[in-house]
Amino acid sequence: MSKSITAKDLNVYYGDFMAVEGVNIEIAARSVTAFIGPSGCGKTTFLRTLNRMHEVLPGARVEGELLLDEDNIYGAGVDPVTVRAMVGMVFQRPNPFPTMSIRDNVLAGYKLNGARLSRSQADDIAEKALRGANLWNEVKDRLDKPGSGLSGGQQQRLCIARTVAVEPDVILMDEPCSALDPISTLAIEDLIAELKEKYTVVIVTHNMQQAARVSEKTAFFNIAGTGKPGKMIEYDETSVIFNNPSNEQTERYVSGKFG
Amino acid sequence: MTTDSTDTRAQRRKSPKKPENALVSADRAGAGLDRGFAGLAKAAGIFILIILAFVAIFLSWNSVGALYQEEEGLIIGRFLSYAWPFALGTVVVAILALIMGAPIAIAVALYISHYAPPKASKTIGYIIDLLAAIPSVVYGAWGMFVLAPAMVPLYHWLSQWLYTWPEENLGWGIPFFAGSPGLGQNIFTASVVLAVMILPIISSVCREIFIQTPKLHEEAALALGATRWEMIKMAVFPFARPGIISGVMLGLGRALGETMAVVMVVSGLGFQLSIISPGNSTIPREIALNFGETGHGTERWHQLVALGLVLFVITLAVNMVARWIVSRHKEFSGAN
Amino acid sequence: MSETETRENSSQTPTPASVAGPAGPSGQQDPSELIRPRSLTGNVLPKWFLPATAAVGVVVGFVISYLIGGQSVNYALWFVLAAIIYVLLSYLVTRQQLNKRKATDGLWRNLVYVAFVIALIPLISVIWSVVVDGFQGITHSSFWTQDMSQNAARTREQAIHEGEAPMGGGVLHAIIGSLLITLTATIISVPIGLLTSIYLVEYSRGGPLSRGITFFVDVMTGIPSIVAGLFGVAAMQTILVMGNQLGLWSYTAGNYSMGITAAIALCVLMIPVVVRTTEEMLRVVPNELREASYALGVRKWRTVLKVVIPTAISGIAAGVTLAIARVIGETAPILLTAGTLTRVNWDMFAGSMMSLPVYIYQTFRYPFGGPGELAYLSEQRAWGAALVLIMIVMTLNLIARIIANVFAPKKTGR
Repeated sequence: MSKSITAKDLNVYYGDFMAVEGVNIEIAARSVTAFIGPSGCGKTTFLRTLNRMHEVLPGARVEGELLLDEDNIYGAGVDPVTVRAMVGMVFQRPNPFPTMSIRDNVLAGYKLNGARLSRSQADDIAEKALRGANLWNEVKDRLDKPGSGLSGGQQQRLCIARTVAVEPDVILMDEPCSALDPISTLAIEDLIAELKEKYTVVIVTHNMQQAARVSEKTAFFNIAGTGKPGKMIEYDETSVIFNNPSNEQTERYVSGKFG
Repeated sequence: MTTDSTDTRAQRRKSPKKPENALVSADRAGAGLDRGFAGLAKAAGIFILIILAFVAIFLSWNSVGALYQEEEGLIIGRFLSYAWPFALGTVVVAILALIMGAPIAIAVALYISHYAPPKASKTIGYIIDLLAAIPSVVYGAWGMFVLAPAMVPLYHWLSQWLYTWPEENLGWGIPFFAGSPGLGQNIFTASVVLAVMILPIISSVCREIFIQTPKLHEEAALALGATRWEMIKMAVFPFARPGIISGVMLGLGRALGETMAVVMVVSGLGFQLSIISPGNSTIPREIALNFGETGHGTERWHQLVALGLVLFVITLAVNMVARWIVSRHKEFSGAN
Repeated sequence: MSETETRENSSQTPTPASVAGPAGPSGQQDPSELIRPRSLTGNVLPKWFLPATAAVGVVVGFVISYLIGGQSVNYALWFVLAAIIYVLLSYLVTRQQLNKRKATDGLWRNLVYVAFVIALIPLISVIWSVVVDGFQGITHSSFWTQDMSQNAARTREQAIHEGEAPMGGGVLHAIIGSLLITLTATIISVPIGLLTSIYLVEYSRGGPLSRGITFFVDVMTGIPSIVAGLFGVAAMQTILVMGNQLGLWSYTAGNYSMGITAAIALCVLMIPVVVRTTEEMLRVVPNELREASYALGVRKWRTVLKVVIPTAISGIAAGVTLAIARVIGETAPILLTAGTLTRVNWDMFAGSMMSLPVYIYQTFRYPFGGPGELAYLSEQRAWGAALVLIMIVMTLNLIARIIANVFAPKKTGR
């Protein structure tokens, strides 16, 4: 199952400070969309509003509509916990639970929610998720070892497996490769290409080559100055953004002439 | 994913309260548990406030009997004349202990953090920490049986040269050193015991903060050609000042409230100026020695509780002053 | 040493003939000459200098104290004199041979060393008395297996008259009492303290309530233990009087001396320690783990119980162990609340209860059979009890360290 995302005039605030202003975007199901832009432009903030993770910070709030298919995730009576079960997230630094084994990490979404799985169900889910994250062959002999014993790239794929295991509709990735070496990065990028067969993937990245390699559509975010809100400048096919952008700011950013 | 769980998830999504938004959760129970747990945690916090309020209310309420009795009206004067020697004794003992203990404690912390061989310093730190764990009653026993007899020659010497000799030759001797030391069971011995007791406390707080001194600051000083002491003056002390103050205040608070060591080391009761002959007492000692034998509800009982309140207020004031000093120095220390 | 410095200090220090390095040009100088050494060599004293100075201090100190003390040596005086001579001598020689900065540096280093030795003396003395005298106590056959009730009935005269070993008896009742009281206090304090720190770290968002709790927990940390004892008495009396009025039990005034009263008093001392240590441990749990859990659609209370606490459990356990070690040695509050007893009492809710610290105090203060030739037996038992108490406290400390080190979850990352 995969769902589309539509943002309508979305503003994000931290207390009185407006962090992101007036985003309108339509992200299709079963696609990879990249958010690029300079640091502090609000792309990560916007990404976190897509599964209401920004609410973890005190004072954060949102104006506008954000639709998952047709349902507004900020509608009255919507529990953020439900949203997060449908919209999974992979973080900048790999964060496997240090108290759990590899297998338990993959099953964390079930275990933490108190779901009772039979042994065979659990094994099936773990294997499927780990295969889905291209990690099965590397860890199948040490599923009971702690997840923190893996390399950084393996840990990040473990986190992806953990996200995939609960079968979300959308997977958000917040600079998933920024803490990884080039070979691990390649493995993750290959994985993203496979994931889009089943999921809607949204990825924030600082690496423009990566955005060009993995994404079908790209959104460029920018900020006018410190203290000003971030805005989405341009959103188009990735090839258009990188080869023939319509906005001058985008042109300057992708050609490295920014600043 | 297995069919069961897919089904439940699908059901959950397909049973919306409002048909226009399929995301409205049917998981009311989960949200309720969430609120319940938050409430439980909050209740525990509030319970602590209630306990403390109860401590304060009890002390204040039962102190009234020491200041006012139905037949006699206000008797504040009587309580004050009863209480002041104990309050004075408490403060004097604690300050003497601090004067003796704090410099040595800071030096020990400095030794561990900047002078001892690096391999040994961790072990020495552990040992000092373990000494903080020795119960006060053991220190009291040590003070009573080992320290007090050992201090007697010093007291004879002090009495001879600071009181007897000047009195005979100058007509006036320092009254703090008058009298016969007896077995050495006096408040000076008690303050030495307290100094030993607060030493590991002050020392471990200071050590922690000395170790945290930014290496960059230290190396900047050394690179200018500073000696080790100059480096400590330039880089370590300015950084550590609030930590040192709070450590010292922690030690002072401990010394003010310490009961058993004083109970066991000091003998005699009456107030006197001399700190080297038996006599004098502190608030905790007065309470510990008499509370059990005093009938509930008598004026004496109320006086003991009121003494407890006085002690509570004194230690509270010390803690507040420490906090105020630390917050005032914080912005200059670089310790964030 | 530069010329300038020598000139400045000439009133105190004679000009050395053995200065290393070339003499600087006299007259007006570059300011940097004031601090810059003239030569790479010659700015340190030989390695044997400090040991030699120390030896001089020890010997001269001995001679002086020997003369003062009329041919008998007072060790304290000897130590003080040796320290003073060592510190002064090395300062003066360094200053004369090298320069003032080096001498000041050396002076403070020596003072720090001396302070460290001064700190060690009483600490070693405490341990020595406890271990040597306590060992005599704990090797008595009855020490571990008996309470004092047999002896309580027997007067000193009878014991001597009967001519048998007068002091049997042991500390079993005190050990049992200490463990029961501390265990009860722990059972009450840990859930309250842990839940409070969870509220502070996970739920409060810096509101007035959480600031109030933090502030008053700090205040509680400073409550003197004797005041905690008074509180225990007051709380128990209030409860007993209320129960009496409601007809739940009968209560005669002043009859509050029970194990549970002591446990309540200890809670006042224990809760703030538990709150502070667990709060610290919960705060160092990386936010990334909480977010990872939220992103899986896990509710907050499950996240706290299944992710945050398991990650911090080793630190929490260590903190709780330290809190136990802190209260198990408390004497004054237990003395006020649980009183004294000579026999084993397993009932927390009825009658006085002996504990190790109170036992030590009681036995030293009122040695069995009165002060006299037999008091030493009581004292041996009391030192033995002190040794047991210290062993318990140190073991708890050690366990805390082991828990913190061994069971800590491995760090995320490579």
